[in-house]
Amino acid sequence: MATYLEFIQQNEERDGVRFSWNVWPSSRLEATRMVVPLACLLTPLRERPDLPPVQYEPVLCSRPTCKAVLNPLCQVDYRAKLWACNFCFQRNQFPPAYAGISEVNQPAELMPQFSTIEYIVQRGPQTPLIFLYVVDTCLEEEDLQALKESLQMSLSLLPADALVGLITFGRMIQVHELSCEGISKSYVFRGTKDLTAKQIQDMLGLSRPAVPIQQGRPLQAPEQPVISSRFLQPVHKIDMNLTDLLGELQRDPWPVTQGKRPLRSTGVALSIAVGLLEGTFPNTGARIMLFTGGPPTQGPGMVVGDELKTPIRSWHDIEKDNARFMKKATKHYETLANRTATNGHCIDIYACALDQTGLLEMKCCANLTGGHMVMGDSFNTSLFKQTFQRVFNKGLNGEFRMAFGANLEVKTSRELKIAGAIGPCVSLNVKGPCVSENELGIGGTSQWKICGLDPCTTLAIYFEVVNQHNAPIPQGGRGAVQFVTQYQHSSTQKRIRVTTIARNWADAQSQLQHIEAAFDQEAAAVLMARLGVYRAESEEGPDVLRWLDRQLIRLCQKFGQYNKDDPNSFRLSESFSLYPQFMFHLRRSPFLQPILYAYSFHGPPEPVLLDSSSILPDRILLMDTFFQIVIYLGETIAQWQKAGYQDMPEYENFKHLLQAPLDDAQEILQTRFPMPRYVHTEHGGSQARFLLSKVNPSQTHNNLYAWGQESGAPILTDDVSLQVFMDHLKKLAVSSAA
Amino acid sequence: MSQQGYVTAPPYSQSQPRMGGFSAGFGPPNSSLHYGHYGDPNSSHAAPQPGMSKPTVPLGSSAPLGPLPPGTHQFSQNNFQSGASAAGQQPHRFQSPPPPNNTGPSYPPSSLHSQPASPHTASTSCTTQLANQLNSMQINSYGPSAIQSSHTSSGHPASFQGPQPLPLTQHQMALPPGPQIPPPANNFSGLCAQSSLPNMARQDGIPGSGLPNPNLQQLPGQTPGPGYHPQQGNYGPQMAGSQLSYPGAFPGGPAQLSGPPQKRLDPDSIPSPIQVIENDKSSRGGQIYATNTRGQVPPLVTTDCLIQDQGHASPRYIRCTTYCFPSTSDMAKQARIPLAAVIQPFATVPQNETPLYVVNHGEAGPIRCNRCKAYMCPFMQFIEGGRRYQCGFCNCINDVPPFFFQHLDHIGRRVDHYERPELSLGSYEYVATLDYCRNNKPPNPPAYIFMIDVSYRNINSGLVKLICDELKTLLDKLPREEQEESSAIRVGFVTYNKVLHFFNVKSNLAQPQMMVVSDVGEVFVPLLDGFLVNFQESRSVVNNLLDQIPEMFADTNESETIFAPVIQAGMEALKAAECAGKLFIFHSSLPTAEAPGKLRNRDDKKLLNTDKEKTLFQPQVNSYESLARDCVANGCCVNLFLFPNQYVDIASLGLVTMHTGGTLYKYNNFQLNSDSPQFLTDLRRDIEKKTGFDAIMRVRTSTGFRATDFFGAIYMNNTTDVEMAAVDCDKAVTVEFKHDDKLNEDSGALIQCAVLYTSISGQRRLRIHNIGLNCSTQLADVYKTCETDALINFFAKSAFKAILSQPLKAVREILVSQTAHMLACYRKNCASPSAVSQLILPDAMKVLPVYVNCLLKSSVLTGRPEIPTDERAYHRQLVMSMGVADTQLFFYPQLLPIHNLDLKSDAVPAAVRCSEERLSEGGAFILANGLSMFLWLGVSTPPELIQGLFNVPSFAHISTEATLLPDLANTYSKKIKSIVEHIQNQKPYTMKLMIVKQREQPEMLFRQFLVEDKSIHGGASYVDFLCCVHKEICQLLN
Repeated sequence: MATYLEFIQQNEERDGVRFSWNVWPSSRLEATRMVVPLACLLTPLRERPDLPPVQYEPVLCSRPTCKAVLNPLCQVDYRAKLWACNFCFQRNQFPPAYAGISEVNQPAELMPQFSTIEYIVQRGPQTPLIFLYVVDTCLEEEDLQALKESLQMSLSLLPADALVGLITFGRMIQVHELSCEGISKSYVFRGTKDLTAKQIQDMLGLSRPAVPIQQGRPLQAPEQPVISSRFLQPVHKIDMNLTDLLGELQRDPWPVTQGKRPLRSTGVALSIAVGLLEGTFPNTGARIMLFTGGPPTQGPGMVVGDELKTPIRSWHDIEKDNARFMKKATKHYETLANRTATNGHCIDIYACALDQTGLLEMKCCANLTGGHMVMGDSFNTSLFKQTFQRVFNKGLNGEFRMAFGANLEVKTSRELKIAGAIGPCVSLNVKGPCVSENELGIGGTSQWKICGLDPCTTLAIYFEVVNQHNAPIPQGGRGAVQFVTQYQHSSTQKRIRVTTIARNWADAQSQLQHIEAAFDQEAAAVLMARLGVYRAESEEGPDVLRWLDRQLIRLCQKFGQYNKDDPNSFRLSESFSLYPQFMFHLRRSPFLQPILYAYSFHGPPEPVLLDSSSILPDRILLMDTFFQIVIYLGETIAQWQKAGYQDMPEYENFKHLLQAPLDDAQEILQTRFPMPRYVHTEHGGSQARFLLSKVNPSQTHNNLYAWGQESGAPILTDDVSLQVFMDHLKKLAVSSAA
Repeated sequence: MSQQGYVTAPPYSQSQPRMGGFSAGFGPPNSSLHYGHYGDPNSSHAAPQPGMSKPTVPLGSSAPLGPLPPGTHQFSQNNFQSGASAAGQQPHRFQSPPPPNNTGPSYPPSSLHSQPASPHTASTSCTTQLANQLNSMQINSYGPSAIQSSHTSSGHPASFQGPQPLPLTQHQMALPPGPQIPPPANNFSGLCAQSSLPNMARQDGIPGSGLPNPNLQQLPGQTPGPGYHPQQGNYGPQMAGSQLSYPGAFPGGPAQLSGPPQKRLDPDSIPSPIQVIENDKSSRGGQIYATNTRGQVPPLVTTDCLIQDQGHASPRYIRCTTYCFPSTSDMAKQARIPLAAVIQPFATVPQNETPLYVVNHGEAGPIRCNRCKAYMCPFMQFIEGGRRYQCGFCNCINDVPPFFFQHLDHIGRRVDHYERPELSLGSYEYVATLDYCRNNKPPNPPAYIFMIDVSYRNINSGLVKLICDELKTLLDKLPREEQEESSAIRVGFVTYNKVLHFFNVKSNLAQPQMMVVSDVGEVFVPLLDGFLVNFQESRSVVNNLLDQIPEMFADTNESETIFAPVIQAGMEALKAAECAGKLFIFHSSLPTAEAPGKLRNRDDKKLLNTDKEKTLFQPQVNSYESLARDCVANGCCVNLFLFPNQYVDIASLGLVTMHTGGTLYKYNNFQLNSDSPQFLTDLRRDIEKKTGFDAIMRVRTSTGFRATDFFGAIYMNNTTDVEMAAVDCDKAVTVEFKHDDKLNEDSGALIQCAVLYTSISGQRRLRIHNIGLNCSTQLADVYKTCETDALINFFAKSAFKAILSQPLKAVREILVSQTAHMLACYRKNCASPSAVSQLILPDAMKVLPVYVNCLLKSSVLTGRPEIPTDERAYHRQLVMSMGVADTQLFFYPQLLPIHNLDLKSDAVPAAVRCSEERLSEGGAFILANGLSMFLWLGVSTPPELIQGLFNVPSFAHISTEATLLPDLANTYSKKIKSIVEHIQNQKPYTMKLMIVKQREQPEMLFRQFLVEDKSIHGGASYVDFLCCVHKEICQLLN
């Protein structure tokens, strides 16, 4: 049934939405028996070059508790100039501007192809984008130089009217004033003392008659002219100054004695950055970009002490509750992240160091605010340089691929309720009739704030079917969901994107095959993965694995075809066929299933199984794990290359073979964000571990029968192979005891 | 008058009722105050009653008596008996007419007079009696000659110009006995009735003024002979007894007396400070004073002479209240003469005196007694052929270190005696070894940090620009060692208002960097490198900065300031740089911004003359005390330049300055035009001053006594170590000594003062001053070698310290009572028997009463609402660190007539007494007290003088706005400018010249400095005070 694949693809392209189930079980009971929850992946700002935004305000349902946006699913009475809300069935008068409406003269939002539509609205003053660099100066000379160059370069990439600011930190924190002539001026803070936003603003001289910050109502920007801040200045005005300032930036001058780490006040630096923006530009698109070269070592948010003899916490310490700074540090960064989110700003973290930098404690800063988190070995690597450059990439229509301060609201028809969302967002705590009691992810609300987002930002949104079994839905009934995303476009325009979708209901008892056929196993894998990760963060690790396994077994029990207690009879339909494999790789890795391509003289490049059996001497493998691109030369290929065959004209085809994966890798590297780690290795090379750790260990030292045979390379691991995993899965699925 | 004396209940407090009675008797109708309120205008003595007529008394009358009611004759007979007429002058007894209301009953027995609280006594007392007693008061100044009457030839010329020398024993003048305190004033309504003071109380018998000094006798021998030295104990009579006819002292009163018009007593008849100064000048001035003898009394501070160190520290470094200590503590208690030394360890010595030698023993370091740790000095006695020495302080026998060994000569003296400063000189320096350094590391050169208040007012007044411009040139004048080419001192810059701005002025910077620290709650130093720089190296960046600072804040509207964090920041910066140094803070307002050390305006006139008045002199918040401690611990001296327009709470702001050895400068209502010269001169002088940093002083004494109390710009963590973040040439520490045991007359009392400090070049050194004093079992010896100027220095400091813990009234009373006690003890033990009514002063303390009176009249001890609290706190602080010369001038200003100058001579004219009577309409005078200078012009000042000085035709044309005399090419101008310069020379503070015209409003200000007169703030006149002291003495003698 290829049509469902097409349907899924079409929907994703048009609406940026993928549901785990594309036909919905019509009762609560049945829905829970589906194992994989009814949920969707929403990419709110999916790039739609073909979708010109309309320049007017959306029409809203007049019921105060609903306020759904007029959409193609609404019933319209063209004569009476009325429309019925498809969520609450309220009948609404069209606004006067719609007087000329008729069947043939429909506004865009009523046309079926505009199930996703974008409005440009005029609200509040437009504030330029803000970029606040927070730069660690406790770096090696070489790293600092590279970072300074990247930062200087970035000034040319920023929108000309963007405001830019600079905070540097080491033992102390300096907030640089950027518009000084004749003398360079900065405000200095000690790194050991946490300050409230009020104190920071007082100390920076930003205090002025209080402007009430209207929380939860970001669209109603304060009626005040743009505050000019000495610390945030338009790029075009101060780029020379700032370039010089960055050029003169020195390593932290305070001496670091032997056996000590430099004192790095990341926690307070970030706090000051947050406080600065909070005081000057609340509810305006702003990025705090933190560049750090090591763990915070003093003050609030410190992750490790400055004594080198005390190593930074490891997983072992964390498990044993032996990481003495972790809780406090995490709390500090969480508080900051929440404040940042409240202000509608986002925090990027660019951490480049060979050792750990405390991202574990700081991750919430990026996670809750929709910022980027990039980790590398050094600022002097292309990984960092290009990734950073890509932050300022422009999309297909020449606009920056970034948006700010989004408010995502979800409305559902009455058979559905919203259980929660998982993604780079925070709850806005808006309760409503369509909010479920049962939470999955960040729940208890129908609105979330996403402070920083780009066209790829995707949220998982989980629903609950609330329709009771004894209240059947009429034939042909459809459930509908509307996603309303209000955000600040990179052009500083305020925009609203509205996506309204509908899916059929089906009775799971009589029409299970419809539901089964409409299963999106890729989306489901991602949705389950997110749930798993979310649970892992709030619960203990092993339980999450067990939970994932249970879910998988239950799913197989529900949708597999088998004879009881006969594992060999177990079959899964096509729409579920890959799902167990996804789960297998999910369990083994922090991420989903990597892709493996093989290049050989035997034919064109082909995807091969992520399995040790795929590692053959005469193959070149290209593995893409998202964060890593690994090119692996098989044993024979590597020998040939060492022998220099590629340089001989008669072996030009070998040269081409060697080149092919490089070109493909380059293509991936060009588009991927963040820029992946690029590894080029060969059989027996130390870096081959990147590949070996990912493939399915179908051959290990435990099943030596394969040793020396031509079928791939053994992996030294105790992990079970996919085959063993599947065997067990079948056994458990068919077991009557389960 | 030790501190303990103030802390514990004053032993003389029981005298209060008596004094109360006294004043009630004399006071004007409203008076109900204690005698102790000497400065109170409400008190009877002080009530100005110009135009009052007084009965005149024939000059020289030893017993000028008012009308004597029956019953008073007993006293008058005493008076007669005293034989003032021995001076050869006719005692014309003047009898003022009986007071019209003298209707009281017969005078009660004198014994009742000390119990004025008795209603019975009061009701029966007769007020005329009072007058008579006062009228008949006389003063005798007695020297030892009173005892050793045969020696009169070398008598101190003193101030007496009487024509005939007379046997001293006969010079005692009759005075009513002290205890015959006047009865309560009101003879109608009884005790303390204030409404109907009888007129008779004002009938004062005073000597007529028509005759010159009638009752003074001049001793032969105008100049002291060589035998003057006190070693010749039996040579006695340095002090001539003097007899003074003393007026009734209470000139206030209604004028309804019938009788001849009253005339004042000629003030020349009471001991004159000017006379004493001039006599010392003429006898010892210009000579060489060699410090070769233990216990010799040096010339007065006012006398110029060349001092040769021959084994005892120069009086420029140490002056003592007495150069002969009483042997026993009983004697000391009896005399109550404070045993104190005023030590000015870095005093400037004139060019023609030898600077201190520096002794360097290399790694061995200074040689010290093993037991008491005293440093090698002339008091160490070498024995056993030079192999050992006995410590003069603790008598411990020490081995002489081999490298230091030297043979002894035939008189037991080391043959290298004169080659080694530490063996032959009173003062010298040692190079200290690492043991004497902080953390055993050689110190870094000190640093100066300039911290400028850039709030609105200072910007607006142009002060900031003035400072910045001046610094550009001043920084070239940082002090350096003689042998070095440039100064090792590094400089740093901070500006501040509500926040602090640090500046990075590292030499390799293209432009300065400003770093703002707004966390004033916990201030810190934001930069390490580039804050403290060598000016020569960073000149361009620093000048760039100084050019920019006024611009940078030109449009500031910040008016709030912080203060404690500023000091904290400077201190932290010095700490971070591991060096000592000075902060120069230019501040102008009460620090009201939210920060540690925030102050509110707590000035409250209602607290005056209450027990809470002392709080006005205490810091408002505790943080300043701990800040001071931290500063001292880190060698951070705080110099404060204040430019207040209103109350700024100097008691709080100045505290750190006070404890860190810093200097406080204050320019009220600073005006760029008129006050710049004064300020800039002060600033320049302070920057150029030779200073010792991170200093710790220890005073060691020989056995039998020890230093118990220290007064000065110092900090004491324990009872022995005097810590000073810095000590400069003007700072003096006054040290009080107490007996532990009996002192040996042979070995005397030895004092060694050692100051460990870091020099301006960063060398750690020890400066040692040694002085030996005599001891005696004879009180006369003690009195003979007293030095009044040092006594006043001690009294001032101890009183000014005491006001922090005791009510002003008590402090004043103790001062008066101690003065009386010292004099009474002399009278009792040293003077030959005489009538109780006679006032006999030891020659060395002849001017003590006038000086004590000046002290009592100082603004600090005068709780009057007209005197700003800040002014009092300021004076208090200044005096606490003053040396003897400075206190002398401060309490008894110099008043120089300049209208009759000898234009050909270079000499500065002789001063005249600070009294209005010395002024004349046709005269012009310069008055200076070390802080202020006045040019007073009489209405009939000769026009040629006016023309010469001001280049204007007449008195009316003179502008009093100017603070400098114009530079004019004429002899008047040149001469007077050179006089002004001479007065200013070597004074720690630049005096702003104020021009005062007679009978114009500002004259009031000027008149406060005429300290012998009754003060407009209520201080008693000299004459009144003398009377009061006499009463006390009489009380004590009975």
